[in-house]
Amino acid sequence: MTAYADLSTREAYGKVLVELGKEHKDIVVLDADLSRSTMTKYFAEKFPERFIQCGLQEQNMMSIAAGLAATGKIPFASTFAVFAACRCFDQVRVCIAQPKLNVKIVATHGGITVGEDGASHHAIEDLALYCSLPGFNVVVPADAIETVEAVKAAVAIEAPFYIRLGRPKFPAVYADGYRFQLGKAVTLREGKDATVIACGIMVSKALEAANNLASQGIDCRVVNMPTLKPLDEGAIIEAATQTGAIVVAEEHLLHGGLGSRVAQVVAREKPVPMSFIGINDIYAKSGKPDELLQKYGLTAEAIEQAVKSVLPRK
Amino acid sequence: MADLRTEAKFDLSIPELKKMAKQLRRHVITMIATAGSGHPGGSLSAADIVTALYFKVMRHDPQNTQWPDRDRFILSKGHAAPILYAALAECGYFPVEELSTLRKLGSRLQGHTDRTLTPGVEMSAGSLGQGLSFGIGIALAARLDKRDYHVYVLLGDGECEEGQIWEAAMSAPHFRIDNLTAIVDNNGIQLDGRCCDIMGLESLADKWRAFNWHVIEIDGHDMSQILQALEEAGKTKVRPTVIIAHTVKGKGVSFMENNVDFHGKAPSAQEAEIALKELA
Repeated sequence: MTAYADLSTREAYGKVLVELGKEHKDIVVLDADLSRSTMTKYFAEKFPERFIQCGLQEQNMMSIAAGLAATGKIPFASTFAVFAACRCFDQVRVCIAQPKLNVKIVATHGGITVGEDGASHHAIEDLALYCSLPGFNVVVPADAIETVEAVKAAVAIEAPFYIRLGRPKFPAVYADGYRFQLGKAVTLREGKDATVIACGIMVSKALEAANNLASQGIDCRVVNMPTLKPLDEGAIIEAATQTGAIVVAEEHLLHGGLGSRVAQVVAREKPVPMSFIGINDIYAKSGKPDELLQKYGLTAEAIEQAVKSVLPRK
Repeated sequence: MADLRTEAKFDLSIPELKKMAKQLRRHVITMIATAGSGHPGGSLSAADIVTALYFKVMRHDPQNTQWPDRDRFILSKGHAAPILYAALAECGYFPVEELSTLRKLGSRLQGHTDRTLTPGVEMSAGSLGQGLSFGIGIALAARLDKRDYHVYVLLGDGECEEGQIWEAAMSAPHFRIDNLTAIVDNNGIQLDGRCCDIMGLESLADKWRAFNWHVIEIDGHDMSQILQALEEAGKTKVRPTVIIAHTVKGKGVSFMENNVDFHGKAPSAQEAEIALKELA
């Protein structure tokens, strides 16, 4: 048994693929010259015959994955999130989404915590793009344990998936024994004054913000929403109804990702004051991951301020 | 003709294949005229190749569309869907009468191919350049599953302007795939004009050779040359084969032949009538 809790999400992905590969002979893994970064290298070492090195050919890789899926294989195609989303979107749309083929796209290096590589490598549009594809399941795990669970769920469900992982290690949110359910949000902390809905690296920051708010007498609910699509509308409506204010936090552009999707449900079902933490229509620059999170306002303090800003609007 | 596939259910003689190709061309004209839109030129240029594959060379069973050992035909140039639908209908994948529903609301016969709707269609296509990669995926699966099926991918020459074609062209020999044959329907015309004016492709054969493919050039309307090339492709080991089939856009209908206008324009009722007479 691999101990996953202390790993980065991409490291956890690489390790669990090997575990799953032993059990599921139909799993085939494809990578585009990034296996040492996406961590599919572990699978390649263990099952070389089922690893397809596609070189720097992301478009080719996605269409090859689709062809494999058409024969009943369970292909996992991995690269960085910027490339998985922007370099081969048409291939994903026509070869995978439209025919609903069983391809699992697991992209690492999501968001701006890629860091020093700079704007070309910061994936901040990927969730908007993948959420726009009918029939795609889009998952952003909060930590390594949830990553492992999400990857297992993707194998069990015959449908296209986009799973977005990060480069740095995320603070652990879950312990062993957690079970991920596709399309289900998880309330990590109860609260009645407002709700923070978050995904990915922002989940641990939301918990930190809620702790700080508690000491100031503000009772904040924290909901982890790892599945952006299909969305857990019930959890959103419940949060709006029971807490009367919602803040959404994500490591992505403010438009097109989790915030937009939650807002659409809130506007339709139960309008309440909302605020949004994300990247405000700008490309970030090079820097250390924590420096960038600070500079672009993706921090526990920013979430705290956002909660305080929505409360008077209730 | 030497044994191509002993298991083939469809084993027409050359005269029968020629007759069938004409029949498929008639379907193409009727379908597109009825639909009022579509791409006749590239269906007519590919008619003889598609006929040879479905009625002689490929191992397939219309009663068992998911047969794991079937040969696969991937129509990468998805706008030539009518010629594929015509072949599938004549093979018995669905009733010939259904061809008249092409492009209509509720039809299983979409403007460009949709593998979730049409029995026998292997790939959803329409955005050019993706079918060769898709075919590589299927060919690699055969190796993993120790199956001996063959994958045939039909490309347009204009389609070879897409960068992804050359990603796929580079990778298939690298993967040492020999159960894959690409066929370029080299009709020389694309939507905006002659390929040589729009984006120079020549020397196409040299390009494929440089990418380490086994290259065969044929007259894509000569049935015996088509069959010989496909047989040679089937026997070629270690690397994939590309057949560059020199064809005529709109082949078989005098006013459509080499006519850019009929890349993507339906014939009028009157034009269709003349075309069907020529194809009688």
